[in-house]
Order: sequence, then C-alpha cells, then structure tokens
Amino acid sequence: MIGVGKIKQYSNVLDKPLSKGKQEVSLSAFAFLFSELVQYNQTQVDNIAELERRLEDAGYAVGARVLELLCHRDKGNRRETRLLGILSFVHSTVWKVLFGKVADSLEKGTEHEDEYMISEKELLVNRFISIPKDMGTFNCGAFVAGIVRGVLDSAGFPAVVTAHFVPVEGQQRPRTTILIKFAEEVLRREARLG
Amino acid sequence: MAAIYSLYIINKSGGLIFYKDYGSAGRMDTNDSLRVASLWHSMHAISQQLSPTTGCSGIELLEADTFDLHCFQSLTGTKFFVVCEPGTQHMESLLKVIYELYTDYVLKNPFYEMEMPIRCELFDINLSQAVQKDRVAMLGR
Repeated sequence: MIGVGKIKQYSNVLDKPLSKGKQEVSLSAFAFLFSELVQYNQTQVDNIAELERRLEDAGYAVGARVLELLCHRDKGNRRETRLLGILSFVHSTVWKVLFGKVADSLEKGTEHEDEYMISEKELLVNRFISIPKDMGTFNCGAFVAGIVRGVLDSAGFPAVVTAHFVPVEGQQRPRTTILIKFAEEVLRREARLG
Repeated sequence: MAAIYSLYIINKSGGLIFYKDYGSAGRMDTNDSLRVASLWHSMHAISQQLSPTTGCSGIELLEADTFDLHCFQSLTGTKFFVVCEPGTQHMESLLKVIYELYTDYVLKNPFYEMEMPIRCELFDINLSQAVQKDRVAMLGR
C-alpha cells in the first residue's frame, strides 16, 4: 500500500490531531460569499434593523465556534476568565486568525463603565461594500459584531455588541467601531474578583 | 491638461451604466451620453459581423481627427470605453485597471443590482485615484 509507514494512520478520526488549517483564503472568494449572504438576507426581511439582526446572528454562530477552536488550538485548552483578558484575546488572537491582523485599537468607554470599543480603519468584510445613501447608518460590520458577541457569550461574558461608523476628520471614509456593552453580572463578577 | 475626455461603461444589452467626464472637452448631457452608448454598442456588434477574418471580437480602437476611442470588452459582454486625446498612450492598461476596480468595488457590493447604473462610492473614489495616477504617470513620461 502506498504511504504505509510514512504517515501514522489513525484508526479513529477523533484521534487525529486538529490541523492548523489553511492559513490563507482567497479574499475575492470570501467577498463574493459574504455579498451573497447579505443579498440572501435582504430578500428575507422587511427593514434594515431586521437585516442587521440576521447578520449578527450569522456572526454569533461563527464566534461561538471560533472560541472553541482557538482555545483548543492556540491557547492549550485555557480560556480567559477576566474582562481585560478576554477583550485582548478578541482584539489580538481572534482578529489575527479571522482577518490576518490585530485590531487597530481597543479603548474603554469614557461615559459608561461597562462600554469598550474595538476600532478598525476599515473592516475586512466592508472592504468592497458601498452602502447606498437610502440605507442610512446600516453597517455590514454587524456580522463582525455578531462574531464578537458569540465569542464573549460563549466565554461567559454576556454583552450587547454593535457596529458603528464613526466619521474621522481628514479621512473620506469613516472608521468602524465595534461597541461592546457588558451585562451587569459581568461587572459585578469582575468587581468581586478584584 | 486632461488626456482623457470621458469614460463610459455599458452593460451587455447596450445600456449605459456608468458615465464620467473629465474636463469640458468631452462633456455631454445625459441624453447625448445615452445615445453615444447605444450607438457604440451597435457599432461594436456590427463590426463583429463585418469583419473579413473569423473570430473578431469587436472594435478595440477608433482613431479620429479630434479624439481616440479605446474599447475593452470583458468576457461577459460588459464594455468599457474611454474617449481621449488623439495619440494618448497606455489606455488599454488603464481600461484593464478600471475593469479590475469594477470587479472589486461593484461586483462584490451586495447592494449593486446587475446591469443597473453603478452607484458605488468606493468605485468612484478608487476610479478617481486610478485616473489621477495615470495622469501623473503620463506627465512623467
């Protein structure tokens, strides 16, 4: 038989080590797939808020799975339990794996204790998308907001996550900010842990 | 000094989906630009039939006294053509760049309906940059 003796044969597929996977995926392929996802959801809804919610739900599923995968593959089966830990995990590790770079910035909200913001000059998912004027403040980054919510929720940090365009002076295109608002219980637990 | 007078993009049925003029030399009002688009579409199709050699894919260059017209047809039948000063160089490569911008910022946009007029902000921004870069490169030659 060809190959016997060269590769260790696993009798059980569950014993096979989890592969690193393909590091690079065609951006065009992803852009077309994402465009189709948005178009499909557009046909199913009546208004923009519904569309945003659907994109967020699609992202939520991705987020939950990404957390499991990264904890097992990159973190040696350890998961962050502190607030700043999980935020920097999302900001660096998750972003690196999904978008090939760490997020531009992570900031704490000045007005409220429970708000944090991850900012990006331009989200990868929005790279080729121009929002028509009549859609107002709709942002396809709702998909990414859903991913972040999925990661945080599965890690035990329930939060409300939304994506916003923030105009920047001197730049034609606005910056995108993912706003994370943690639930009460998270802050209480954080305070208790000290 | 603008070497390019205007840019037209027409869909596979001959309808004008994008028109941009650079400078007053090529400026046309809406009706005239629509007429030019459908006129060129018909001429392009007729030339394929008239060609003495088989396998002709249509007119690529039209040279006149006061202008040149370079045309690029994609595999799907979408035509990109640019009206420019006589003797302008490197229009084919510019058309290819514009085609790439079209595939990126128009076709990957979920809010763009096929064969409809192009209303994509990112396409406009990147198109201006490409034309500007071409203009600068041309001045340097």
